[in-house]
Amino acid sequence: MAIKLPIYLDYHATTPMDRRVLDEMLPYFTEDFGNAASRTHAFGWKAESAVGVARERIAKMINADKPEEIIFTSGATESDNLALKGIAEFYGDKGKHIITSRIEHKAILDSGKRLEKMGFEVTYLDVDKQGFVDPAHVRAAIRPDTILCSVMLANNEVGTVQPIREIGAVCREKGVLFHTDAVQGIGRIEFDVQSMNVDLASITAHKMYGPKGVGALYVRRSKPRVRLVSQMDGGGHERGYRSGTLNVPGIVGFGKAAEIITHEWRDEAARVSRLRDSLYKKITAELDEVFVNGPWPAIDSSGKVLRLPNNLNISFAYVEGESILMSLKNVSVSSGSACTSASLEPSYVLRALGVEEELAHTSIRFGLGRFTTEEEIEYAANLTVSSIKRLRDLSPLYEMAKEGIDLKSIAWTAH
Amino acid sequence: MAYSDKVIEHYENPRNVGTLDKNDDHVGTGLVGAPACGDVMRLQIRVNDDGVIEDAKFKTFGCGSAIASSSLATEWIKGKTLDEAAEIKNETIAKELNLPPVKIHCSVLAEDAIKSAIDDFRKKQASRREGNT
Repeated sequence: MAIKLPIYLDYHATTPMDRRVLDEMLPYFTEDFGNAASRTHAFGWKAESAVGVARERIAKMINADKPEEIIFTSGATESDNLALKGIAEFYGDKGKHIITSRIEHKAILDSGKRLEKMGFEVTYLDVDKQGFVDPAHVRAAIRPDTILCSVMLANNEVGTVQPIREIGAVCREKGVLFHTDAVQGIGRIEFDVQSMNVDLASITAHKMYGPKGVGALYVRRSKPRVRLVSQMDGGGHERGYRSGTLNVPGIVGFGKAAEIITHEWRDEAARVSRLRDSLYKKITAELDEVFVNGPWPAIDSSGKVLRLPNNLNISFAYVEGESILMSLKNVSVSSGSACTSASLEPSYVLRALGVEEELAHTSIRFGLGRFTTEEEIEYAANLTVSSIKRLRDLSPLYEMAKEGIDLKSIAWTAH
Repeated sequence: MAYSDKVIEHYENPRNVGTLDKNDDHVGTGLVGAPACGDVMRLQIRVNDDGVIEDAKFKTFGCGSAIASSSLATEWIKGKTLDEAAEIKNETIAKELNLPPVKIHCSVLAEDAIKSAIDDFRKKQASRREGNT
């Protein structure tokens, strides 16, 4: 079978929409275009009812108690902002301390920075070499004035699946609200707000085969009842938590995407995980000095999932990431190299894991997904191997390393 | 990042990739940059008795622009005298390759690599002369 190029292996960034999602959305752009807040006519009722169905499907996907616990937003960045700032504003009289980790998404880290300017104190927990937050560190960081702890379900760069259940249990025991940015984990690993003691969770449709521009914040309504102050003033939509006309077609698509995931995620995770493992095997069979960033093996001896099934983040020693991307021109992946970031700094996530800068510059992230095929993985693996071999022939560092020169012994001219 | 056609052309068909014997008296080696910064260039020249660069080789760890800058540098210095080669400026390399502002440091590194190789060669010659007297 001829494969279609370029191949998309950047499913952590975004996912293509599932055709079934699109089909369900389409009528809501044209015939059923009503405003879900219009209470006076059938157009509004129809839109409101469609939003209700979506809310139920999303609540079911994460095992929320009630559909009303789902607050629609424009995406996970807004959800993260609303969670941190909304909680801080509501509970600020009770305490001004928040706990999070160093490898959170920028929407969390930068919300934390903003809150610090407003007089809050934020503890950024270190992670271990595989990217894990230790629940014991969470416990140790909790103080009488701690109001919130936010730790992501799974990391977008290295795929580390956090011990959310354990962290949730610590927070519940200590009476601290617990938020998780669940974006990368939804549809790829188990996520259950009840058994994991999650009080708030950010999710987004476009990372789960739904449309861009729509997300949600789960806000627990009982045991404990979580309150927050809205960050968007206006017509009082979403029970006053988030004003703004609802994106009805987007929400309908989000709901359909959630329904598909509820039914299909386990099979999909197993299939994608096999493809990821075969990519790893093909690459490591042909190349020396490659290092996986993040947990590996992906599943521990007890069967616990340590790494997202669709993630493979590898450092190819002695070849720079951007030059690898250039060589993999028909394979769409991303790199932790400084050259590919707007800041010209290597990935803060890799640095937090203690990956040396030399190796951070050589990292490539492969993100697989629902539509990835065996043929695509075969192609990507072969192209990766030939590209790395070619670039190593061009690399003075590889030649020196092969001659037995200790690269650390050289007085490099940092620039 | 969109690359200029010239960067892509050099990246895909780099000129003068290779290694000269760094212990050869006629060879000067420049090794600049740092792995932690994401680019390292090694540029080598072989200089004949007339002071003309008769061969140049490079190997580069770095992005496509760094590879292209060093490839272009070897192409330009071949056949030049040491003094002529030392005149090559990073701006000229950057202009030839249409490097965007964030990639100017790649051309700076290439200029440094040329100068460093020339220095290395001249030091070798100087110490050889000292050895002879």
